[in-house]
Amino acid sequence: MNLDLTPEQLAFREDVRAFFAENTPESFKSRVRAGMRLEPEEFTRWQRLLHARGWGAPSWPKEYGGAGWDPTQLYIFETEASRADAPVQFHQGLELIGPIIFTFGSEAQKARYLPAIVSGDDWWCQGYSEPNAGSDLASLSTRAVRDGDDYVISGQKAWTSYAHVANRMFLLARTDPDARKQAGISLFLIDLDTPGVTIRPVITMDEIHHTNEVFLDDVRVPGSALLGEEGKGWSYGKVLLDRERGVTAATTTRLAQQLRGARQAAAETIVGGARLADDPRVADRLAQFELEVMALEAMVMRTMAEAASGQDSGPRASMIKIRWSELLQQITEYWVELQGYGAMAFAALDPAETPEAWPAKGMVYSRVTSIYGGSNEIQRNIIARRALGL
Amino acid sequence: MNFDLSEEQRLLKDSAWRYGADHGDLTAWRARVARGEAYDAASWRRMADLGWLALTVPEDDGGLGAGPFETMVVAEAFGRYLMLEPFVSACVIAPVLLGAATDAVRARLLSGLVEGGVVVSLADAEPAGRFDLNRITTRAEVVDGGYRLTGEKSHALDGGVADWFIVPARTAGADDDEAGVSLFLAPAKAEGLTVVRGRAMDNRHNASLKLDSVVVPGENLIGDLGEGFGLLRKAVDHGLVARLAEAVGAMDAVHEMTLEYLKTRKQFGQTLGSFQALQHRAVDMAIACEEARSMMYLATIALSGDAARRRKVIAAAKARVGQTSLYVGRQAVQLHGGVGFTEELAVAHYLKRLIMIDMAFGNADHHRAELAKSLKPGAVAA
Repeated sequence: MNLDLTPEQLAFREDVRAFFAENTPESFKSRVRAGMRLEPEEFTRWQRLLHARGWGAPSWPKEYGGAGWDPTQLYIFETEASRADAPVQFHQGLELIGPIIFTFGSEAQKARYLPAIVSGDDWWCQGYSEPNAGSDLASLSTRAVRDGDDYVISGQKAWTSYAHVANRMFLLARTDPDARKQAGISLFLIDLDTPGVTIRPVITMDEIHHTNEVFLDDVRVPGSALLGEEGKGWSYGKVLLDRERGVTAATTTRLAQQLRGARQAAAETIVGGARLADDPRVADRLAQFELEVMALEAMVMRTMAEAASGQDSGPRASMIKIRWSELLQQITEYWVELQGYGAMAFAALDPAETPEAWPAKGMVYSRVTSIYGGSNEIQRNIIARRALGL
Repeated sequence: MNFDLSEEQRLLKDSAWRYGADHGDLTAWRARVARGEAYDAASWRRMADLGWLALTVPEDDGGLGAGPFETMVVAEAFGRYLMLEPFVSACVIAPVLLGAATDAVRARLLSGLVEGGVVVSLADAEPAGRFDLNRITTRAEVVDGGYRLTGEKSHALDGGVADWFIVPARTAGADDDEAGVSLFLAPAKAEGLTVVRGRAMDNRHNASLKLDSVVVPGENLIGDLGEGFGLLRKAVDHGLVARLAEAVGAMDAVHEMTLEYLKTRKQFGQTLGSFQALQHRAVDMAIACEEARSMMYLATIALSGDAARRRKVIAAAKARVGQTSLYVGRQAVQLHGGVGFTEELAVAHYLKRLIMIDMAFGNADHHRAELAKSLKPGAVAA
């Protein structure tokens, strides 16, 4: 058991570190540190920068345009990104649909879609949730009906993040209304400019337009939009469970950013001539966060090591998601507390918006992290059922 | 021992709740916010007609001379229905302070305040003071015919819509001395005064101030020179307790919404409320609401007690209401899932309101530390 990096890995780390130092746009850093999401065009700019270096898809195999890295390299990459206040890559194309396409898609689908995901030319959004199918996703009711060579899709999707900037959508729809819940569901890849698609913005509590409702009104798509086989759409999602370890590693390493921001706020806030950081109560709280983040990072490292040697990590990805979201919320909340009245100006009225507002935006945004991607309640159910035998 | 409202107080509460329900349409509320309005000006005038703005103003000054319990029931309705009108600043805090102003100033300001034409905001905090009320470095110097104020204020509740500011400034003593603090009235348009307005996440328009040699006439001094701190503390305590009532109103409302959602939203073929894990969460929210309400009563009663007891109870109440309200607000969003995170439901707005109330006049951590000070061996017994 040791955590030493090999000489090759150390050299790789130097490479990655130098890249982030040179390429991370200064304008991103304070928002990234605050846990805010960047603007869509900034995500695209970042993707293109990575793509130019050959790192557009760090977790993909080389044959599909990926970097072909092993889990240790991925971990180094994400840790260094965190250190440099670099953003997380936008994950819906790269992590949610790309791997399903290269595992189950046709050669034509691979050729058509994969390169544009890696280059940042395509933006994919996810059409899974529906107004009445949230945590209980398998109860979704959007229908896809075969009509000659085509499918005609009708229904309503909810929480379709970035549908307003995306050009493509992967969606689950029911092709067999008589089959048991999961069995009648198929996966489709559609172009968002297809007639019948209507997008309505949904503004979230951070006052930002991230997400949308998408209405599908007799949307006619060719048979080639079906991915894999009819009725197997649900099972394709399972390939993601294994990959989820990489995604959670990418996001959890970023907690160091928020913690750094909170520590900096404590160091820079002077009350009555003394730094807040020197107040024992503040130092104590920051130390508590530090040790909880350390425990989480150790869980992530173990998970990545297991992934490297092909071992099952059991429910640890669910555990990491729960702890990461809780810590993200608590750390950003504390950061805002440290700011005190400095955090009051959520939206400036007189001067231009200042970075002082960003931790509060990040804090408010963090509320969704215990809801999305399988709420923390659902994650706990998964752990109880699959791992604890309850 | 009696926690009952009087008949008159109950009538006032009913009327305030009815008013809130009639004027609490979220779509209209969001439209006003989107138009950049800090509050509903027409509603503010109706509140004046109802006598709410005159509640705590003494009868001799044209008010109703009511006390903290009347303020409490109205403030609770403000929280319950997310009302944004500057009631606490103008009608709870300002009347306490203006009570010590000269007759001429009282005559001029209080009538406007009671009619809703004048908003007075207290600039209660400084950048280097954080939540410490006594840490005041803004200076006031005597000049011919008045005072010259110089310094910085990091926060003035409702300062974005204020016509007048009450500015605590130091006329003697060290930075954190309670002695040597004087209170001054300064018009928002005073020369040398820069008002930086900001919209907080609860959509309230607050401000920070820069005072660069702002000269005010001698009659704008409130109370005695150098003796203003006790009054400042008292006014803040009254405002703080009114905001606790606001928090309790918001907590109950958002808890009720969450219960309604748990009883109607179905997933996996059953209502969310049938899952025991979520039932227990709802129960913990109910306990939190009860604790907060109890603390609100204790703090409101303490406003009429002696200063040491008042400080201790209010510090404890502010801390506990802060803790319980954030729990309730966050769980309400969590249990609503995605929809709870949108601007389209009231739930998210309640959480943001509760976050801002916790920060107002010092957050839970600050007030727990204040309580700890009063519990130290040798501290003045209360």
